[in-house]
Amino acid sequence: MILDGKCPKGPIQTSWDRHRFDLKLVNPANKRKYKILVVGTGLAGGAAAASLGELGYNVEAFCYQDSARRAHSIAAQGGINAAKAYPNDGDSIYRLFYDTIKGGDFRAREADVWRLAQVSNNIIDQCVAQGVPFARDYAGYLDNRSFGGAQVSRTFYARGQTGQQLLLGAYSALSRQVKAGTVKLFARTEMLDLVVVDGEAKGITVRDLVTGEIRTHVGDAVVLATGGYVNVFYLSTNAMGCSVTANWRAHKKGAFFANPCYTQIHPTCIPQHGEHQSKLTLMSESLRNDGRCWVPKAKGDQRPPAQIPDEDRDYYLERKYPSFGNLAPRDIASRAAKEQCDDGRGVGPGGRGVYLDFADSIKRLSEGTIRERYGNLFEMYEKITDENAYKVPMRMYPAPHYSMGGLWVDYNCESNVPGLFVLGEANFSVHGANRLGASALMQGLADGYFVIPYTIANYLAKTKPGAVKADHPECKKSVEDIKANTQKLLSINGKKTVSEFHRELGKIMWENVGMARSEESLKDALKKIPVLREEFWKNVKVTGGPGELNQQLENAGRVADFLEFAELMTKDALHRNESCGGHFRVEHQMPDGEAKRDDENYCYVGAWEFKGVGKEPELHKEPLTFDNVHLAVRSYK
Amino acid sequence: MSAHNAQTMTLTLHVWRQAGPNEPGRLEQYEAKNVSPDQSFLEMLDEVNEELIKAGKDPIAFDHDCREGICGMCSQVINGVPHGGQERTTVCQLHMRTFKNGDSIYIEPWRAVAFPVQKDLIVDRSNLEKIMQAGGYTSAHTGGVADGNAILISKIAADYAMDAAECIGCGACVAACPNGSAMLYTSAKVAQLAALPQGQVEAAARVTAMADALTEAGFGNCSNHYECQAACPKGISVKFIARLNREFQKALFK
Ligand SMILES: Cc1cc2nc3c(=O)[nH]c(=O)nc-3n(C[C@H](O)[C@H](O)[C@H](O)COP(=O)(O)OP(=O)(O)OC[C@H]3O[C@@H](n4cnc5c(N)ncnc54)[C@H](O)[C@@H]3O)c2cc1C
Repeated sequence: MILDGKCPKGPIQTSWDRHRFDLKLVNPANKRKYKILVVGTGLAGGAAAASLGELGYNVEAFCYQDSARRAHSIAAQGGINAAKAYPNDGDSIYRLFYDTIKGGDFRAREADVWRLAQVSNNIIDQCVAQGVPFARDYAGYLDNRSFGGAQVSRTFYARGQTGQQLLLGAYSALSRQVKAGTVKLFARTEMLDLVVVDGEAKGITVRDLVTGEIRTHVGDAVVLATGGYVNVFYLSTNAMGCSVTANWRAHKKGAFFANPCYTQIHPTCIPQHGEHQSKLTLMSESLRNDGRCWVPKAKGDQRPPAQIPDEDRDYYLERKYPSFGNLAPRDIASRAAKEQCDDGRGVGPGGRGVYLDFADSIKRLSEGTIRERYGNLFEMYEKITDENAYKVPMRMYPAPHYSMGGLWVDYNCESNVPGLFVLGEANFSVHGANRLGASALMQGLADGYFVIPYTIANYLAKTKPGAVKADHPECKKSVEDIKANTQKLLSINGKKTVSEFHRELGKIMWENVGMARSEESLKDALKKIPVLREEFWKNVKVTGGPGELNQQLENAGRVADFLEFAELMTKDALHRNESCGGHFRVEHQMPDGEAKRDDENYCYVGAWEFKGVGKEPELHKEPLTFDNVHLAVRSYK
Repeated sequence: MSAHNAQTMTLTLHVWRQAGPNEPGRLEQYEAKNVSPDQSFLEMLDEVNEELIKAGKDPIAFDHDCREGICGMCSQVINGVPHGGQERTTVCQLHMRTFKNGDSIYIEPWRAVAFPVQKDLIVDRSNLEKIMQAGGYTSAHTGGVADGNAILISKIAADYAMDAAECIGCGACVAACPNGSAMLYTSAKVAQLAALPQGQVEAAARVTAMADALTEAGFGNCSNHYECQAACPKGISVKFIARLNREFQKALFK
């Protein structure tokens, strides 16, 4: 099937304004008759639930943590982009649009990206009005910093805790709606199934994580804002509870999964220290504003960094990409780091690390200035590594961080299942094959505050409120299926723990479907994943019972889904016989090692339809056209 | 380069186990073996749990998520101190290098009337939500707000607001307070918004509503012990409590 993103035609500059006028409206008196289920309370879901509640809809919001405020958006450090052009340095909506399309290696839809750039400015205003304490200069104006893949300073920030502050802004708006009675919150509640009635999304089946109760909530539309799936690699910068479960269960009920192979490996994370490690910690990209990446020029140079003189150092990003330098985009910076380490010039334990050095900036600006800019990051680095980065350079290595792929949605953020909308990191829409720094926060809030409030009305206006009741046979069936699945997990009583399976899966994925992928490595993974999955269902040990707070059971369900999803992700990577952005196929590179796209054959979104576990999924294509940006080789030299 | 200590430790853990909210709880003893100094406290507990699961026993339930000190999910009292007593550190950022081979460690849940235990180390903190819902916001509508630079905010005010806004809502302040008060938590939000022009319009109504909610939710009174500040993993200062009191006084005379 050829998919249609339903993008507005005509000049892109006015596309969103024209589209908004064409969308149907629900009149104010009718809004409260509609119930909307919002799964996820991160930037995307929190902003959506608050805004929809304020419009007068009847909203129920769900999250697996004990509070809406703890969604993993809270961990974002560096900042959020907007095309305000306050510094007068040449920025514009067009430039943010252009940078994002180019940064994504020409694998995103132009119309969606334009809208994102356009509403980016409203986001900053909205957050300021909520009381988000963005950094200010001494005159009281908003301050900016730079992020990768851009030559302008368009990133707004709140110390090293921008995600926290933006999320707390959304959470406070949400709290206000809870008090107003428009939003009902269900914390410690995990969505385990999508209820589809006559082809449309009308409910979700959840497990109460405290009592173990499994029940269905029905509504007139479902919004998924459940975040990313890079925990498929086991070790990543995501929170322990981040999973593909909500997305995957919706996929099994008919929603197409787009570009699952597009994953982002972030260049600056604290290197792994041992076998028992549970997660990897990101050090914000903003550090590359003032930190310089280098490795020794000579292989196996064991001297402490301070004793390696400048002429024996290779500032490899500055050397390879003089115009962007240390602020080269993430996919490129990650591959460059790996290249240095593969070449035997890595530093630290096992040679899997590069230096991120602040000595020059400290000399130029003073330690106090660096502390003011990144104090909390230096503190976190010291807690984890026991090293003082004001004195010795940080050691960094790339780590799985973000998923550009996600459920397929059209321009209205609606999936191919009518009534199912997908927002934030959970959808695939704007970042193409590589996301630029500070653009995920922007997307989450754009989708939640400024897109879904308009587009969901267009769907609701065509439906009768309350059409599906909780006793509908599809609801009962869904509850029975989930109960049976839970029982099955608990009854296996095998020998290996859930974490052991997750770790093994992660190893397969990191080695075969990680930063460098080849036909051979992908085919190898496609052999190993089903074997591991089969073993899981025979040999996993899940303790405890179904009707209680049972973290092993929660985790088992998530890992079971990763074991299915991993296969789709690998298949997508194998089918995409080109390199683009974060998807690097070693067979396809330029003579200098850069990613080599194949626009003739792969300039499309690959959206997969589920056909059964272990069965061949069906590929649907949405061709991408570029009318406003010239399809060109991406260069940061 | 840091001392990458290859030497591992053996520790004796005394962990609070409680099957459910209405079940009796008790301390149980476990041994943590082969603990690496580079491991985090939660990674140490992960390993203990792996052993328990393999032995067919119920693993220790504890809250955790981001494991980078910002989500506020982790909540353990370690050797009598919320988050373990290392300055400005959550449990997930506490590393085993701060312990010695042979140490005994006592691990308990947050203890406060307003935080009933749900299981083992997991407590119900939904009472904190009620305080936020009472008034922890500006009533800005989505859309239709002024340009971000139309409101100038001095760097001093912005920094002060940010100092308060760093609160992660973990509840350590409540757990540390002899009265089980959530005053530090509440004051941080009141002070953040009171310091900003956007928040001043509703300042009086906010402080009154939030203070009422604090009492209604069953938190104790503040009697200036300042244990909260010492336990706070983000270093939130008690000066915000003074600010709350001032805002409260102002509200009374309005
Ligand atoms: C360490 C780190 C630093 C980052 N720094 C930046 C940065 O500086 N700038 C930037 O732009 N981006 C950054 N990012 C990326 C950005 O933070 C995320 O992409 C973005 O916040 C995702 O928001 P979201 O709302 O889509 O999902 P999330 O914030 O992950 O929220 C997901 C929500 O869904 C809920 N949920 C998930 N599954 C279920 C289920 N099955 N049932 C019920 N609820 C469920 C969760 O409880 C949660 O409420 C960073 C990411 C990380 C990990």
